[in-house]
This record gives sequence, C-alpha cells and structure tokens, in this order.
Amino acid sequence: MREKRKEDLMIFAGCLAVYAAVQTLMATGVIGAYWERTIVYLCIYIILATSLNLINGITGQFSIGHAGFMAVGAYASAVLTVKFGLPYLLAIVVGGAAAGLLGFVIGLPTLRLSGDYLAIATLGLGEIIRITILNIPYIGGASGLMGIPKYTNFTWAFFIMLFVLFFIKNFVNSTHGRACISIRENEIAAEAMGINTTKYKVLAFTLGASFAGVAGALFSHYTYIAHPASFTFMQSFNILTMVVLGGLGSMSGSIIGAILLMWVSAFFASWPELRMVIYSLVLILLMLYRPQGLLGDKELSLKMFGRLGGGQRGTSQGN
Amino acid sequence: MEIQSLFQQLLQQLVNGISLGSIYALIALGYTMVYGIIRLINFAHGDIYMLGAYIGFFCTTALHMAFFPALIIAMAGAAITGVCIERAAYRPLRKAPKIAVLITAIGVSLFLEYGGMLVLSPQPRTFPEVFPDKIYNVGGIIIGSQQMLILATSLVLMVVLTYIVQKTKVGKAMRAVSFDADAARLMGIDVDRIISFTFAIGSGLAGAAGVLVGVYYNSIDPLMGIMPGIKAFVAAVLGGIGIIPGAMLGGIIMGIVEALISGFVSSTFRDAGAFAILIIILLFKPAGLLGKNVREKV
Repeated sequence: MREKRKEDLMIFAGCLAVYAAVQTLMATGVIGAYWERTIVYLCIYIILATSLNLINGITGQFSIGHAGFMAVGAYASAVLTVKFGLPYLLAIVVGGAAAGLLGFVIGLPTLRLSGDYLAIATLGLGEIIRITILNIPYIGGASGLMGIPKYTNFTWAFFIMLFVLFFIKNFVNSTHGRACISIRENEIAAEAMGINTTKYKVLAFTLGASFAGVAGALFSHYTYIAHPASFTFMQSFNILTMVVLGGLGSMSGSIIGAILLMWVSAFFASWPELRMVIYSLVLILLMLYRPQGLLGDKELSLKMFGRLGGGQRGTSQGN
Repeated sequence: MEIQSLFQQLLQQLVNGISLGSIYALIALGYTMVYGIIRLINFAHGDIYMLGAYIGFFCTTALHMAFFPALIIAMAGAAITGVCIERAAYRPLRKAPKIAVLITAIGVSLFLEYGGMLVLSPQPRTFPEVFPDKIYNVGGIIIGSQQMLILATSLVLMVVLTYIVQKTKVGKAMRAVSFDADAARLMGIDVDRIISFTFAIGSGLAGAAGVLVGVYYNSIDPLMGIMPGIKAFVAAVLGGIGIIPGAMLGGIIMGIVEALISGFVSSTFRDAGAFAILIIILLFKPAGLLGKNVREKV
C-alpha cells in the first residue's frame, strides 16, 4: 500500500513538472494560440474519454450517449455563471452533479438492457437531452447560450483532468472497481458471487456521466457559447472512438486515443472534409488490423498503466 | 365543426405519416436483415440510402432517365456498394469483438458522408421533378400523387422481398443463416455468399428509399442519411429487430408518430418523439412489438 502511494506521488510530481513545462512554453509563446487551444481541448477530451472508458471499458456497458451528459454539465454550469454570477468552481461541481444525477436517473432503468440495445438506448437518450435543450428558450434554445465568461484556461483544464484521472484510477483499483470489472467479464458469474450488479453498473454510469458533465462545464467556459450542435451523437461517436482506438478497458489507452485523434483533427484542420475522410480511414484501418485497439490486451495495459502512469503519459505526449 | 376539422387534420397527418413511414420501412428492412444475419448495427446503412439518392439524381439529370429506370439503377448501385462495404470492411472482422465491427461501421459511415462531401460538394442539390405531382382532394384530405407513388413503390418492393425471403431457395438460406450460422454452414450453405446477398438486398432497398425521398422532398445532400438512418434503426427495433414484417410495421408506426407530433405538437420535437418511442419500447418490450422474449441461459 505504501509503495502504491509512493508511486502515485511520483506520478503526481511528474505531472506537475509537465504542467510547469507546458505552462512556461505557453507563457513564452513557444506554443502558439492554436496549439494552446488544442491542448486545452485535449485535457477536456481526456476527461471525456477516460470517463466513458469507465462505463464502456471497465464495466462493459456499451454507452454511446456521452455527449448528452456533457451537454447537461455545459448548460448547468453556464446557467450558474451567466444567470446567477456564481463562482466557477461551484459551477463545475454543480455541472458535474447535474449530469451525474441525470446519469443516475437514466441509468437505473436503462442499464437493465445489454449490448446493442443499451447502445441504441443511450444514443437515443443523448439525442433526447439535446433536443430538450434545443426547446428550452431560457437557455438559448436553438441559437445556444451565449456570453459565457471564459474561465477555463490550461491550469483549470489540466488540474481537473488530473483529479479525474486519479479518481478513476483509484476507483478502478478499489473494491468497487473490481466489482465493475467482474461485471464486464461475466455478469451472471458476478451476480452469483454476490455482487450487486445493478448497483455497480449504475454507480459506474453515474460517475462516468458526472465526469462528462465536468468536462462539459470546462468546454462551455472555454468556447464562450454552449450550443446544442456541439453535443450531437457525432460528438459521442468521437469520444467512443478515442476509447476504442486506445483499447477498451485501458485508461492509458483512452488517453493515447484522445491524443491521437486530437492530433489528427488538429493537423488536418485546414481541410475539414479531407480531415474527416482521413479520420474515418484511420478508424477503419485500425479496426481491421488491430480490432482490440492500440493498447489491446486489457490486462497488459492495466499493468502498463501501473508502471507508467496515465496522467504523465497523457500530457508528456500532448505538447 | 371544431371536432370535424381536428378529425380531418388527424387523417391528413395519417396520410403524410404513412408515406413517410413507408420510406422508413424500406430503410429499416436493410437494418433488420443485416442485424438478423450478422448481429451488426450497420451504421453505414443510412449513407447507402444517401448514395442511392445521388445515383438517382445523376441518372435523372445527367442521363435524362425516367423515374423507373433511375430507380432500378440506383438500387443496383446501392446494392453493389453495400456488398463492397461488407467485403472490404466487415468480412475481415467476422471473428473480432463486436464493438470493433461497430466502430468500423461508424468509420465507414463517416467515410461515405465526408467522402461524399468531398466529391459531391456539401451543397444540397435540387432533385428534378421526374414525376408530376398532382394533388387529389379526397373529402378535404390532400393526397399527392407522389405520396401514392412512394407508397406503391414501397409496397411492391416489400412484396418482392417477402417473396424472395419466404419462397426462394436463397431466402430459405438467409433464414437458415440468421437462425444459426454454424448449423447452416454444416448443411452446406455458403454463409459468406448469403451474407453478401443480404447486404445487396438491404442496400438496394435503401437505395430505392433514397430516390423516393429525393422525389418527395426535392433536395438531397451528403449528410441526409444520418437522421433517417437512425430513425429507421429505431423502427427496426420497434418492430423487433431481425424480423422482416416487424421492420415494415415499425417504419409505418414511426412515420405516423412523427407526422402526428409535427402536426399537433411542434416539429422541433419530431426527432425526440422518435427516440422516446425507442426508449419506451426498449424498457417495456426490448424484443420489439413482434419479437419473442428469449431468456438468457447460464
């Protein structure tokens, strides 16, 4: 146990060093505005990908409606800061809580479904959330909620990402995390061993949803506007792709997947249509030649994660 | 008077809903057949529908074809595309984890959408009026000849499909493979060939739906397949996925519900209605309206 704590401390120190380095590069202008944007987005997407991985990879429940929870967090936090002028940290917490609450309410009935049915149900729920937002004039309706203060910067995004990563890492290594993994491996066997499968599925789903909400809060306070078009199922697919690309169930895999896809889209940003064609080709080819994702084998990747540390890998490749 | 006009509007929306629903049914058939045979949600199916619309568009504008030859060519083109996609992207993954195939399907879908944008330009195009739209007024309810054309074409295609599946040897093989692929292989059925055939038929139907939509709405664009594709999938789930009459029923119900919502509530809630149906059906009868519940064995 003590060794584990020491390791965590070392990873944390490494992350701080990376943060200091990137921050210095940004302050001195070596990293320009464009790549600064990309790095902040990267932090947000890492939160989204690892939280989706908690649901899809660790617990084995196939959800593809993550953008919906992101939207709830984005709007809930934006309402607090825009309409009530509350502090940013409180807005983030409330955004995460709102998305988590919704995840709980939605997860309780839908997680009885499995496989493709759950996938399609979560896809539908994500769209319902978006369409509902679209029809509420109080939060801007179809034109979006405008005038959100730009509170998010690299520091916010990085440290919240770090918090989420450590939280998920410790969760996975706890009793609860083991229970979730056992559900992924064999739900019936897990139930026979006395694990309350519904409880853990809903728990993982709620946690994943609330972190998506936190990411949404960061997102809306970076782009000045919360717009329903940012939270379509294309966004959900995008996050899902990061997770699967890196390897389902592997946290470091999700981070690498997020970095890779962000890099592809940033690199080809000037040719938007070509970018999507290349993006889709990368996706197809990777699945054809490496269907288990980049890091592949879940056990190996978990061990690798223990050795190398998710946060450190993530950011050291991000700049 | 009030009640009478309400009733009239209800009937009007029913007419609109059925013609829209028959298009959903055509797309849903492809989803349901493919799912029934290889348990894959073929996300690219909606984009094959888009390709069908574009083939129909070029046949009628550049080659000045009449409606029916254009429809046939669009169906053939869509069928060939479907078979090629299956062969290139799905067949190598027959033994891979299911999620990998699903992601590949999403990849193919994105490829067709944005490849379409790149090659065909993202601007919407106006579909020529290949079929003069006459308006008939039956007791205050307006029925367009295009709506009748859509309904008639879909019905004919569905009858042909039912005949193929129920009466021919290939259809029998398709049913056998969807029931148990391994047992079918042991009985000497070439499973890969049957899967290709299923993709061909499903994609052909989607292509036909694309042309019909082009005629009905007059406008096509490379991203037109996303929403109808997902709604058609909802229709397939609603009827009971893997069940062919279920897809037809589900499609018609979806069309009617959508027309009723846009007629009586608000067209902005139209899509939410479709997804609400999905959630309700999944929670209360996940096997679909015509499906049977299968208990899980340990």
